[in-house]
Amino acid sequence: MIKIDSELCKGCDLCIESCPKHVYQKSSKENKKGVYLPFPENEEKCNKCHLCELMCPDQAITVEDEDDHGKDDNKDDHDENISDDK
Amino acid sequence: MKYLRKDRLPNIFCAGCGNGIALNTFFKGMESAEIDFDTLSLVSGIGCSSRIPGYVKCDSLHTTHGRAITFASGLKVGNPDLNVVVFTGDGDAASIGGNHLIHGARKNINITVICVNNNIYGMTGGQISPTSPEGSFGTTAPYGSRDKPFNLAELVAAAGASFVSRWTTAHPLQLSNSIKKALLNPGFSFVEVISQCPTYYGRKNKLRSPVDMINAFKENSVNIRKANKMSDEELAGKLIVGEFVNNPRKELTENVCDLSVEQCGRSLAIKSAYLDNFDD
Repeated sequence: MIKIDSELCKGCDLCIESCPKHVYQKSSKENKKGVYLPFPENEEKCNKCHLCELMCPDQAITVEDEDDHGKDDNKDDHDENISDDK
Repeated sequence: MKYLRKDRLPNIFCAGCGNGIALNTFFKGMESAEIDFDTLSLVSGIGCSSRIPGYVKCDSLHTTHGRAITFASGLKVGNPDLNVVVFTGDGDAASIGGNHLIHGARKNINITVICVNNNIYGMTGGQISPTSPEGSFGTTAPYGSRDKPFNLAELVAAAGASFVSRWTTAHPLQLSNSIKKALLNPGFSFVEVISQCPTYYGRKNKLRSPVDMINAFKENSVNIRKANKMSDEELAGKLIVGEFVNNPRKELTENVCDLSVEQCGRSLAIKSAYLDNFDD
């Protein structure tokens, strides 16, 4: 499960560029600071290399491993990946 | 994230700044070197990269401009059990603190210096720094810089540091591995992180976004093993990355300790603040 903290992200797009599996895409909706957040569009391709966590200059990305508690979360809703308050 | 002061976030750095990547890779290197977080103390001078220790939940010193290595030397000699790490920038380490940098390397004191080199004075408005490449533009060089830049890694290696490496922010895994080696090395360890400043350096030099700058680092970097076989013409405009020196030798606090034992019979000079009395 990939979580992006909308409070911390500044929209530099380094995660979109650095992900070797092209998991991220830019979302079309902006957050309250006017930043177009990245969105894990192809999350099923993620192989948990944690490179995006290293490359995120704002520590906004958390990649949880499968054995963590977030496993049984409902993943069909896109907005769940972005912990946004609109 | 668990090492950061959450009340201070989000950090003050511009979108896409390399300082955050340097911070992440430092934590990864620290974890793989199995350094105890409680023995860590971060020292920094003045500049964008010197704000990094302010976001970390450990003991830190934010010192005067260029004097971070001086303060760190005092801290390390005072208590050699500490793992002292200096976060510094190119303006801090190479220009105003240049002398402290080379003499720290000459004395080979056991500290780790992580120099985040973004080729420009970012905090004060994009002036040309001692490491700006020839022909690069800045607010003080509207026609391009004509001076020859410092090659920091080679400068520190020539001054006698026992571990020197250089990586860019486009090589986070190699960088964290290098930081691990630097932390474990007994002696002066210098890690130069070539970092992006999209706000000032990038905007003036046709690399407007952080993604452009990262891609430019990837295209232009050559590993030192390959660079040794290349001619000077081929290397023009390239960034040489890799491990420059790994040659441990006797370090300063050890020498001080030995001298004290030789002259007084026991170790008095080290951790003297913890002693109750100096007479036998």
